[in-house]
Formats: sequence, C-alpha cells, structure tokens
Amino acid sequence: MPQNKGVENDIPRIKATLPKIITESGSVIEKEFIELTVNGEAYELRIGNRHGEVDPVHTLAHTLRETLNLTGTKIGCDNGACGACTVIIDGKAVLSCLMLTVECDGKSITTIEGLADPITGALDPIQQSFVDHTAFQCGYCTPGIIMSTKALLHKNQSPTEQEVKESLSGHYCRCISHYHVIEAVMDVVERGR
Amino acid sequence: MAKKYRFIGKPAPRKDAVEIVTGHAKFVGDIKQHGLLWGKVLRSPHPHANIKNIDTSKAARLPGVRAVLTHHDVPKWKAGVPPHLPMLDSKVRFVGDAVALVAAETEEIAAEACNLIDVEYEQLPAVYDVEEAIKPDAPQLYEQFPGNILPRGLPFFGPELLQEVIMGDVDQGFQEAEIISEGTYAFENIPNPLPYEPPGAIASWDGPDTLNVWVSGQGAYLDRLSVYYTLGRKIKVNAYGGPCGGSYGSKGMSLPVVLYSAILARVTGRPVRVCLSKEEHLNTFALRLGSRIHGRVGMKKDGTITAISGDWLINTGYYSSATQGMVAVGCGEVQLALRCNNWDLRPKVICTNRCASGIVRGFGGQELKCALLPIVTEAMEKLDIDPFEFFKKNYIRPGDGYYWRDSNWYVYRGAEYSKAMDKGAEAFRWSKKWRGWLKPTSVDGSKRRGVGVGVHGNGDTGEDTSEAYVRLDPDGTATIYSSICEHGTGQRSCLCKMVAEVLQLPLEHINITDSDTRISPYEFGPAGSRGTYAIGSAAIAAAEDAKQKLFALSAHALNAKPEDLETEDGMLFIRGNPENRIQWRRGMGVDSTVLGFGRFEADFTLPNFMMTFVEVEVDTETGKVDLLRVVSATDVGQIIDPYMLENQLNGCLGSAGIDSALIEESVLDTNTGRLLTANMVDYKWRTFAELPEMQNVILETPFPSHRFGAIGIGEIATAPGPSAVLMAVSNAIGTRLHSYPITPDKVLAALGKIRGGDEK
Repeated sequence: MPQNKGVENDIPRIKATLPKIITESGSVIEKEFIELTVNGEAYELRIGNRHGEVDPVHTLAHTLRETLNLTGTKIGCDNGACGACTVIIDGKAVLSCLMLTVECDGKSITTIEGLADPITGALDPIQQSFVDHTAFQCGYCTPGIIMSTKALLHKNQSPTEQEVKESLSGHYCRCISHYHVIEAVMDVVERGR
Repeated sequence: MAKKYRFIGKPAPRKDAVEIVTGHAKFVGDIKQHGLLWGKVLRSPHPHANIKNIDTSKAARLPGVRAVLTHHDVPKWKAGVPPHLPMLDSKVRFVGDAVALVAAETEEIAAEACNLIDVEYEQLPAVYDVEEAIKPDAPQLYEQFPGNILPRGLPFFGPELLQEVIMGDVDQGFQEAEIISEGTYAFENIPNPLPYEPPGAIASWDGPDTLNVWVSGQGAYLDRLSVYYTLGRKIKVNAYGGPCGGSYGSKGMSLPVVLYSAILARVTGRPVRVCLSKEEHLNTFALRLGSRIHGRVGMKKDGTITAISGDWLINTGYYSSATQGMVAVGCGEVQLALRCNNWDLRPKVICTNRCASGIVRGFGGQELKCALLPIVTEAMEKLDIDPFEFFKKNYIRPGDGYYWRDSNWYVYRGAEYSKAMDKGAEAFRWSKKWRGWLKPTSVDGSKRRGVGVGVHGNGDTGEDTSEAYVRLDPDGTATIYSSICEHGTGQRSCLCKMVAEVLQLPLEHINITDSDTRISPYEFGPAGSRGTYAIGSAAIAAAEDAKQKLFALSAHALNAKPEDLETEDGMLFIRGNPENRIQWRRGMGVDSTVLGFGRFEADFTLPNFMMTFVEVEVDTETGKVDLLRVVSATDVGQIIDPYMLENQLNGCLGSAGIDSALIEESVLDTNTGRLLTANMVDYKWRTFAELPEMQNVILETPFPSHRFGAIGIGEIATAPGPSAVLMAVSNAIGTRLHSYPITPDKVLAALGKIRGGDEK
C-alpha cells in the first residue's frame, strides 16, 4: 500500500546511477553500457533513465518487456513467488523479476520468443506438446512453465512425473491446467526416450 | 449416440494455441501504443476516513508527471448497483480505496508521484462484521444506504430481481418435519479468485465524445455498456478485448480500473494504461461474497425436505458491483439442489469496510451452499441419511419448477441427472467409502480418511442475449463476428468448431474476429456456463443463415433448388450427387460475400449439473488435511472438445473453489482493516507438487434444443466442492467443523488438542 511519505525540502528527482562492477581483485569499474544476448541477438543498452535505457532499478523482466518489447515473458507477482517471468540464463531457469538487468551484463538469455525456430517457425517440441494437449487455459502461466520445462529437460532428459511436478511447483496456474501440463511434458519425455 | 460429427467431440488444437505457447498472445499489459502513459492509484491506508486535505503540488511538479487527480478534479461518475461508488470521493471506505490518480511517462515516476501526495485524513470508526454493520449505532458507509443495507436491483437482470425465496408455508412445513436442524454456518474467508493477469485497462479518446477502452475481460460488450451507463450515456464507447489472463467472473466488469484510465486519458490527451499490481489486485479487487446463515431445515426420515428458512447475511465489502445479481442467482440455484415446497430464505446485502466482493464463478450459489448445506447435513446426520442418496433424491428433475433470477417461475426441461450421479458414485466407490455420519472411511495411526459429496447446478446456461454474424467468402473460408474474449475456456475455438460443423469446412478455414464492439453484434459474453448453449446457438444460427443464403445464391449455377444443395470443404453439390461439385465462388460469385445473422434469446429452463465427491486424509497429530481424490460427475449433452472440457472441470480446485475449503483465505486484520495475505506467498495456492487424483465422469445425454445437443458446464465446476470437503473432514475426525478454510489449528481445536481455533 503506498504510504503518504512526508517529503522534506524539494522534490527528489529519480536519478540513475551507473552500476558499479566489483572485480575479483576488489577494484570498482563503472559502466555506461551493458551487453545482453537475448534469443541469440546481441544488445548494447545504455545505462540511464531515458526512454530505451536501462535504469539500475529495472528488473530483467521489465527490460525484456518494456525496453526490448519481448512481452512473452509475463509478470505475475513481480515478487518471485509465481514463476510467470521465468527465462533461461546460461541454461538455468531464472525468475527475471528478481534479477536486476544490470546484473545480467554479458549474459545470454533465452525467452519464450526464442524457443521456436526463427527461420522456419517450427515450434520447440515442448511448445508443440502444449499445443497438442491443450496444456493451458488462459495461457498466462504458459511461457514461464515452458521455460522451466525447457531448463529441466536440458538438465535431466528423462525426469519422472514426480520430478516434473517438483520442478514446476514454483509456477502458479489458476485455471488448473496442471494435469494437462504434466501430460504434455511427460509426452515430450517419452518421445525423447 | 449414433450421431457422428466431423469436429464436435474431437480434440483439436486451440485456434490461439501457437500465440499462447510462443508468447505472442497480447494481453492488455503487453499492448504498446504511441504515447502510452502509466496510470497509478494512490490508495488509502485507513479503512474508513474523511479526506480533510490533499496536497498534490509536489507530485504535479515531478518531471514526467502528466496528471494528478483527486476527488476535487474528477466527474461524478459512479459505479455500483445502484450507482453509489464515486470514482474518487472525499471519503475512503476500505484500506486500499482510491484517493488520487496519477499519469506519468514511466511506471517509476507514477509510483513516486503517488508517494509525493500529502493527504490528511480524519479517521472514522470502521465495521467489518455483517451483524455489527446493521446495528443502529454502526458506522455508516453511504448516506443513501441506512443501516449499510443495499437495495435490490440489477439493470442487466431486469426490474424484478429475485431477492428471496419465499413460497409455501414454512410453519406447516416445520410441523410436518420429523427432525429440525438449526444453526449458523458461514463461508466468510473471502478467498480471491485471483486470475493470474491482474485487472487492467487502456483508455484513449477520439475527440471529446468517443472513448476507446482495451480491457482484460470476458467480453467487450459488458465493458462497453457498463462504461457507457456510468458516463451518463453521453459518450460513445468502443470496447476491445484480447486474450484475458484468467477471470473466473471477476473481470466480467473491471469498472473502477477502466474509469481511472478513461479520466486520466481524458485529462492528458494521451492513451493511459492502468494495470493493477498483484498487491493491489489482492487488496482491492473482487473477493468472494461473505456468506453467513442463521438457518433452519425440516426433514422427514425419507429425506424429504419439509421446510427451509433462514436469514442470509451477505457481506459485499465496501461496494456492490453485482452482488444483488449473485444473490438472485444463488437463490435460484439453491432451489435446484434442494427440492422443497416451503421456503422462507431472506437475504440482506450489507456493506462493510473491507475490499469489495465481486463476481466469481459460483456466482452467489457457491457462497450460499457453503453456509446452508452444513445445516441441511446436520438434519441428514440426525436421520442417518446418506448424503449422496439425499442429493440424488432432491436434485431437480424434468418437470420440476423454480423461481429464477427475474422472479419468474420456470420448469426444467433438460436431462435426468440421476444417471450421472450414479456413474460418479460408482467411479468414486461411494458405497464402499461411506461409513455413516462422522465416521472415518479408514484409520491408519494418526491418519484418518473421510469422504464428502456436494452438488450444484445453474439455470444460466441459456442466460441473456447473444448475437453473431458469420461471413462466407468465395475462397471457401468463413469468419465469425463475435465480441467474446478468450479468457481460458477455449470458447472462441469451440465456436469455430460449431460453425465448422454446420458449414462442413476445415477448422483452419474458420476464423473469429478480435473482440471489438465496433464490428461485432451484441454479445453478453461468456458467463454462467452460457458459452456452449447461448453463445454457441447464436453462432450456429448465423452459420446456418449464411449457408441458406449461399444456397439461394448458388442454386442457379447447379441448376437446382436451394433446398437440394449441400456444402462440404468449400464446395457445393446437389444432395446425393457429391461427385458433381463446384466451388463456392462459382455459386456466389467472386465479387461477393455472404453474411448470416444469428440471435439467441435468454432461456432459463436448462440448468446444468455437477456432483463432486472428495476424499481427504487428516493427520490428527498435525491437523493438516490432504485432499487425496476428487471425482466430478456431470452430463453435458455432447462434448464439444474433450481437452477443453476436462480443463474446465479440473478448474474446480482453483479460482477460490475447492481450495477455499482448505487453504485459501484473505485474512483481514480487524484492528487495522488491512488484509494480511495480499501477496502470493501469504495467499496460499495449490502447487504442482500437491495435486489430488482427479477424475471426471462426463455423460452425454443430448439436449434436443441445441443443434449438437450440448449445454455448458464450466462456471459451476468450483461450487459443489467446498461444502463436500467440510463434510469429508468432519467425517474423518468424527466431529463437525464449522468454518472455512479448514486450517490445521481448526482441526486440532475440534479434536480438543489445542484451545482456540474457530470452534465455538
């Protein structure tokens, strides 16, 4: 709930400060740009608070959605509790609402938009299985669940049903499409065997 | 059934499936528009207060801020039934009530501007309990509602809204009873249906008289109409809907959010987006009704109900968006499940200083049953009646009548549901598991299992009006014009299937327009399980109308009479001679289209049905309850798509459904008026790791008045479950529980292992 803070003196301006990168030796480097690779495309983004820049307060979810217009990554709780914003960074499923974009400098990120073949449009087998099993209702949880599944199957090609359930247990789905999701994922697992 | 359909009843990918799985589906929060501003709401920290002073000067001077509005600055637009809630007021009525609106270039600036608004409040006493609220000296929320009691009436449902169930002679009924049970039960944990995508809207103006709104909702017409009436019927409103990230009824109308974006857009001259954060969603948007009954039920040994009376106290929170409508439908639904000649059930809709209750699937009926059925089951217990047999005996049968929401008497002309009940009981093995009242099914050390059953039905499968166009193009494709949104049921894809079946066109040759009130005819929207029967029948009629027009245009080309023609895969031929076929374009011409129109008028004579069986395991050491198994039994006439149907039925757990008996509650701190559960960690929800075994028993006894014999079911999936869980846990532990949700402390208190809990 927003509180009505009494503000003394003048109006504070929202001001960006450059991110400080602390190296292993302890020296501090200030950067003007960060580099991200998203779905195979390289981006160089200026640090700042003008349109198109990365403010140090921006989460990765915010940058993906608002700066790079990759709105397939959803924001549910914006608080790390629901899984909507899951993306893959260096092979691992990550909650992009809990990471600051400036922390991702130099990282390679895959979002839901990066799973299908960019040239042929052919769906990833997980996506295709979700289509075939109608493993969604409203579809808002779907990108996050597919990204978690992708990371899981990258790590473990033949998980058991219980392992799939445990692995997806951080994902909220209010329509209760869970049963069809598990069918869809296990179908991919079976085909991979 | 012998009928063989080409598309109906067979699974097919959703039309929007690829957009959903690739992240390309554009929800409201995903829409970018040139010059789009962020709108934010400053919200009250107090449950009840007058705003003495409000200073926005610092906020207005913050660079990037385009508008700051308070109750001094906005028009007298009022939401609610009847209109009573000003969009901004000099008074706040709950923690989270809107105090000021801000539009700014970025989300951060808008949030910071809210922080810079200084507000001086004069705090007022607040009231949260319905019985406290109707006392003479209680704090009053609205001058026009003395005693905090809302008047009846809901424009959409007509002037004679059903607001009680009164019939027969209850005194005589109680005299005839062999047992009378009496007591107070409540379903007051105010769970949040909590659709994943928070409520949100974008508004922009074309000149002073035309407002465009993009809303996360179920069907654009309700947004259009609700805004049009709220703005005094002077503004043309175009409403657009897209994919909706869940609703469960709650986004049927998102009025406050839409009004905020509309006024901010008006003032700034730019499009403005107001999308609630999850905390705002949990704090300020559409809880279930609070429901409490002081009730009395008379019963005979054979399970005949001789009389039902009671005061039904409904807590709608700080305002009513459609509560009287939910009371009306709840009063109708209770008659479907409990056959009884003598009724005196009197509801009161009461305002209190908490977040408002709103539309949620189960629409009054779930809330009423959760409180009333436990009193009914106490009578069953005293007479040692099996609840399954009782519900089977007392559920509506063809020829039985009931008062529905418009206060008219309707006679049920649908299927006999007892077959579905028997099949459900058989699948659940009810007769093996039922051991009698307050007796566990099995005991294994500290683990005790119990079973319960509930029933529900809704006569709204054919509620309200639907219209649709179907356009045929000479290239052998068809387009459905309908304003319904895809809010998860798959209804837009099911409409395509129905039209494909009528036209015998491949599914990939059928499209449906975006939800847009400028181009589509009137449509109430998907609600009350009306998608299959009402919306579907309009689309089917439009397809049939288009087909007949196509035949009339094409008859000359085949040298035949229109009534002798058939079509398949975009080709025309004379019945019985499919080899000699021509393409549509040869019949209708390449320079024409054919437009069919279909309209469905309300029909309240076909209530649907669902019976839910549950088995729970209670750990008597810890008080934890595990839901082990759910069997849902229904008869839908004809399955349209098996995957989509199963998904809807599995939905019984979520959206403040079965889990509102076990884990879901909005915890209100009555010292401060704050909800303590307004985030997705503290608000509990079911995870993938905790799924019960789920089985759906679906019968298909055709309903002859639908082209394919089908009626809808989705809306009611949640409703029978919670009271069944209460029954199951009570049976498992051998003592009655009285309130929802059944948290471990309540179980342990009921077992006498700890003091407190809610046991009185």
